[in-house]
Amino acid sequence: MSVKIALAGNPNCGKTTLFNALTGSNQFVGNWPGVTVEKKEGRLKGNKDVVIMDLPGIYSLSPYTLEEVVARNYLINERPDAIINIVDGTNIERNLYLSTQLIELGIPVLMAVNMMDIVEKSGDKINISKLSERLGCEVTTISALKGTGIMKAAERAVALANAKKAAPKVHKFAVKVENVLTAVEDKLGSDIPEEQKRFFAVKLLEKDDKIGEQMKKVPDVSAEIEMLEKEMDDDTESIITNERYVYISSIIGECYTKAGKETLTVSDKIDKIVTNRWLALPIFAVVMIIVYAVSVTTVGTWATDWANDGVFGDGWSLFGLEIPGIPVLVEGALEAIGCADWLMGLILDGIVAGVGAVLGFVPQMLVLFIFLAFLEACGYMARVAFIMDRIFRKFGLSGKSFIPMLIGSGCGVPGVMASRTIENDRDRKMTIMTTTFVPCGAKLPIIALIAGALFGGAWWVAPSAYFVGIAAIICSGIILKKTKMFAGDPAPFVMELPAYHMPTAGNVLRSMWERGWSFMKKAGTIILLSTIVLWFLMSFGWMDGSFGMLEAEELDYSILAALGGVFAPLFAPLGWGDWKMAVAAITGLIAKENVVGTIGILFGVAEVAEDGAEIWEQLAASMSAVAAYSFLVFNLLCAPCFAAMGAIKREMNNIKWFWFAIGYQTVLAYAVSLCVYQIGMLCSAGAFGIGTVVAFLLVIGFIYLLFRPYKESTTLKVDMKKAAMGIK
Amino acid sequence: MSTLKEIPCGKTVKVTKLTGEGPVRRRIMDMGITKGVEVFVRKVAPLGDPVEVTVRGYELSLRKADAEMIQVE
Repeated sequence: MSVKIALAGNPNCGKTTLFNALTGSNQFVGNWPGVTVEKKEGRLKGNKDVVIMDLPGIYSLSPYTLEEVVARNYLINERPDAIINIVDGTNIERNLYLSTQLIELGIPVLMAVNMMDIVEKSGDKINISKLSERLGCEVTTISALKGTGIMKAAERAVALANAKKAAPKVHKFAVKVENVLTAVEDKLGSDIPEEQKRFFAVKLLEKDDKIGEQMKKVPDVSAEIEMLEKEMDDDTESIITNERYVYISSIIGECYTKAGKETLTVSDKIDKIVTNRWLALPIFAVVMIIVYAVSVTTVGTWATDWANDGVFGDGWSLFGLEIPGIPVLVEGALEAIGCADWLMGLILDGIVAGVGAVLGFVPQMLVLFIFLAFLEACGYMARVAFIMDRIFRKFGLSGKSFIPMLIGSGCGVPGVMASRTIENDRDRKMTIMTTTFVPCGAKLPIIALIAGALFGGAWWVAPSAYFVGIAAIICSGIILKKTKMFAGDPAPFVMELPAYHMPTAGNVLRSMWERGWSFMKKAGTIILLSTIVLWFLMSFGWMDGSFGMLEAEELDYSILAALGGVFAPLFAPLGWGDWKMAVAAITGLIAKENVVGTIGILFGVAEVAEDGAEIWEQLAASMSAVAAYSFLVFNLLCAPCFAAMGAIKREMNNIKWFWFAIGYQTVLAYAVSLCVYQIGMLCSAGAFGIGTVVAFLLVIGFIYLLFRPYKESTTLKVDMKKAAMGIK
Repeated sequence: MSTLKEIPCGKTVKVTKLTGEGPVRRRIMDMGITKGVEVFVRKVAPLGDPVEVTVRGYELSLRKADAEMIQVE
């Protein structure tokens, strides 16, 4: 007989640490059905029959945030055998607020008061037996970080689960409220078990708009609500919340003794400096420079170069020992067995290159993930949101979006992956969609090519590319937050600033590994598949009347070139209807720096420098400056490379959102390039045509989308039935 | 009667009422800002918004626009 135990608690209370300590490596990480909230399940160390479910960190069981809805759906529909309610002992008052709601669910609750070591060190005292008596649930003390008391807590929870006895209801609100609650409970149908009645009664009184979907029959309680609101001169939602806190204050008064005078804790002292009005921004800049310098430019570049040019390249040396790269080894092996050319091409340029494209990002990403995990666990990430909120919220992003964008200027793949630190679903999706607009390192050669070939290396081309990227982010933010896709869910920014503390190496490494692994698994497949498909399109074609495999220089004859010819007219309104440029843009999907190489090959130069200096003249002769700039803008904004698309797919975790993101980026790129070319031509050559009209219409539409009024939504748009079914 | 938005840093005030409605208000209450509780305005973010307050023994940040919903004395 297996026992199911749910871990519930506030964010930052040490829940993840406890979960890791209880389950060790017996974990399964997934997602709650239909939503992007992470779902973690594990088996108790030493007792495989006990399944532990790590619920998302929540402050309340209100119907307003995705995490809360997911957690309460699980608790109501799945009904775990017991709940371990983990409570931060150093912040017990607010933590108990959730506890009072959990106890009402009629599921046995064991309260684990965490961080007892810190509480004791500060000299504060918590009267555990009194707390247990007043709350009506069992209480134990633990230190998840040090591992003290955790196995005992788990054993007690299992015992509670087996006893199947829900906590007796001891907490009482004011008499007036209790009377109304009893009246509502009496109205509930028989489909609701006795021990859950209080929960449903409270939710009905609070006018909770999601609870009806969990009930067969929803009684009409408007008379009770009206009576109570009149009598207490407040709305029921406030009345209930007030009652809970009044009740908690009374418990705290009896059970918690503070050690004399309030002194500044170490965390307070750190915070005084770190978020100081004058020092905060410089400190923030320094932290960001360190993160960027280490994970993108120095260690990150070594790691990427080692992975791409060494392990998946010609080879690398370890203490003077020459170790050949994997492609070299594979090639040698294939030649030795006399493998056919096409198969060798498939294996080397398709599969090995594809795997390399996936794994090449991993070392750099792991470096970045260590930083992110550290910043999150130590409490600084919340301060990042605090410091940057003012700027980013204007265009529907979170203050935490800063980090993905910053990293995105190095490489969009880890940039997109860094968006995981944003809790709010809407902010996160918006960040994922816009991060790749920032010109990444691989787009720099394209900028250099266009600037060199057509603008005589003008200084303003590169800054203008960044300007276009940033403008795209800002405008997209404003436009998207008004669309149906985004305007749906509310995003309150009422955020706890947790106390600073030193994270454990174990937790940081585990978080790093989980994210890295999920990239390899989820993003890897799409990257690998698309690399193989493009390899096929590029290396096969018709030459001299027969279909066959081509040399790299014969790209003109490939299937891809033929496809380029088909697609080229599509790009004619953008000014670069030449099939060569279309093909170059498509090969940019493998990696953006390929664009320059492809143009080189198509203009008859097999090997070009990074900025394509050899073909500047030819390119300048083949297109106008306006067309070239339009080409540049398109490549900056359109769908990113496959690796970044893989990351987007992983982070969106939803195929519909993935296509929405890619589609949006490409449509935006097309529209902006069209406007650049058509209006540019009008200004430079006085050319006026149907394209110019379309461009002006697009500009007007764009301005409308930017400035149209909209209203923030106040309800969470989640199909509860679907979510509930999915969980079962 | 004033709102939390107008209170300067370093002052402690008592909440008298929460105006407005919907998720932000519920969230503010869930986080412990309810009638009668004492709120200490700790600091303002470097760019002038949001503000950081101490309530029920922990640190909370909220935007000035939301702080306007909290009436204090």
